[in-house]
Amino acid sequence: MSSADPPGGAATTATTATDDRQHALLEDLTTRLGDAIVGSHIRNGDLWVRVRPDAWVRAARECKAMGFDYFCYLSGVDWLPHTWPNPKVIEGVVPDADDEAALPADPNADENPAPDESTSGEIVSGFAGGDTRFQVIARLYSTIRHIGVHLKADLDDAAPQIESWVSEYPGADWCERETYEMFGFDFVGHPNLIKLYLPGEFEGFPLRKDFPLLAREVKPWPGLVDVEQFPATYKGDD
Amino acid sequence: MAVSEQQRISYIAAQAADARLAVELQTEEMTLNLGPQHPATHGTLRIVAKLDGEQVTKADVICGYMHRGYEKLVEVRTYPQINTLINRIDWLSSFANEVPFILAAEDLMEVEAPPRAQWIRTMFFELSRIANITLFIGEMGVQLGAITPVFFAFRDREYVLNLIEEATGGRFHPNFDRIGGLKDDLPKGWISETKDAMRRIRGYCDELEDLLMGNEIFEARTRGVGVIPADVGLSYGLSGANIRASGVDWDLRRDEPSPLVWKELDWKVWTHPDGDSFARYWVRLQETREATLMVDQLLDGLPSGPIQAKVPRIIKVPAGEAWAHTENPLGEMGYYVVSQGGLGPFRVKIRSASFHNISIVPWLLKGVYVPDIITILSSLYFILGDIDR
Repeated sequence: MSSADPPGGAATTATTATDDRQHALLEDLTTRLGDAIVGSHIRNGDLWVRVRPDAWVRAARECKAMGFDYFCYLSGVDWLPHTWPNPKVIEGVVPDADDEAALPADPNADENPAPDESTSGEIVSGFAGGDTRFQVIARLYSTIRHIGVHLKADLDDAAPQIESWVSEYPGADWCERETYEMFGFDFVGHPNLIKLYLPGEFEGFPLRKDFPLLAREVKPWPGLVDVEQFPATYKGDD
Repeated sequence: MAVSEQQRISYIAAQAADARLAVELQTEEMTLNLGPQHPATHGTLRIVAKLDGEQVTKADVICGYMHRGYEKLVEVRTYPQINTLINRIDWLSSFANEVPFILAAEDLMEVEAPPRAQWIRTMFFELSRIANITLFIGEMGVQLGAITPVFFAFRDREYVLNLIEEATGGRFHPNFDRIGGLKDDLPKGWISETKDAMRRIRGYCDELEDLLMGNEIFEARTRGVGVIPADVGLSYGLSGANIRASGVDWDLRRDEPSPLVWKELDWKVWTHPDGDSFARYWVRLQETREATLMVDQLLDGLPSGPIQAKVPRIIKVPAGEAWAHTENPLGEMGYYVVSQGGLGPFRVKIRSASFHNISIVPWLLKGVYVPDIITILSSLYFILGDIDR
């Protein structure tokens, strides 16, 4: 699933007619950003571009010059594997497709699911590749050309830090504050990097994968309620 | 981007107000705390405004009183379970929240709903738009001291909510969309009822146009107030009617490929060059009327056939990343779904419209007068659940 193409090289997915504009856009970006592009991916009419972290603001500036006038969003991804939802737990609750003929199962469906990738303990990065645990992702869009681009950049594991986009796109202000409190990324040059949603004294970064969700610690899976015995039939443990 | 004369003058006026603040005799600064419980905030939004006399010098928006952490919660849920959760983001048009998420999942699974399902989806999408924006159209009057419009709004919105309830079982949270199709088909007699309701909503739009649009007080309080130039609005991520009211001719329903069937209908994207509160109101009113006409066309052209594609009983989404966005009543709503091949998503970024529409408020409120804070907030139209996801 991950790919790290050389800049301007052939994209990973099969080229369809609908992706022509995306290929042209990628070429355009490559001429402007040069070797700052370290990965790209085109799928279903969408373009992903991964840039070097030190070129993060330059990428925004070039995109703005290319007519990407609309700031869509900015956020982060923590690629640390997580184990929920655990397929084994759910399969005990949900009857198998064979049990009932109500809905025919897809013949291509995997009856015995392969071991969950996320439990293997290795970081699996998404489109356009990645070398680190943390990534920042943003999307820009041109309201004239009607084309959008996702930009990604790798962040350092120990001290995730990247330059702020506020000077280029003022809409990044709140998004960076949210990403700061949720992931603990430091946006250098942000005029007012304080928490947006969380109370000031809140500790920890909730959207990091190693931040425990208390509800799931107490009850591993809410669906398990369904297999508990009713009080009348419950004979006790002894 | 073309900037109209009025837009330019209003912008200069705002700049001049800014300059005047710096030059005029300094008075003691006062802090005005607005909210979190204020009728104009549609929930719990707090605005701390620093005032110099009657003018705002600095406004801070404090949100998070209703933050529910959806982006964390969806990581421990399966795809069908998430559907009920994201219903609650923009609670006035719940069905419209479900659609982009389902489209993102369908994109990754490479399934496509049958045509009838797409038509019904589009229909409910537009019905949620009507249910949402009729309330805004009435509610804007209340902020200006006109009580009648909001009663009209609640009266006529009821008919749309009844339609949604009849077909889905839920007035506010239909939870009707499924990966690969829909939960149910339409009930008997629903189509003729819907036609009646659409006629009624059009009557309501006409009524409101008569009541408010030509009203001298309404115009005085909204014309030239809260002007957003198109380029500033876009760089803040404003979308939907808010940016169309600044003259940007951009609508995702028309401009982006979508499995939903807007492209097969005959309709118009409404824009207004002024970019002020009045323009935002005007555009929304026209869009509501346009939506009723679209529903009529959808009812006439509804194809027959199945409403659900074949999908596995236990839904597993292949690894990959997908972005799906639609033109929701409040603006662009999108889901960035990262799947690693499990029963639930690895990461979901929810791009909600109100969050970005409100992020311009600190910029916009600089130099305005205190009573205009409310009309500007109201004209931007946000739902708190859409800010605090």
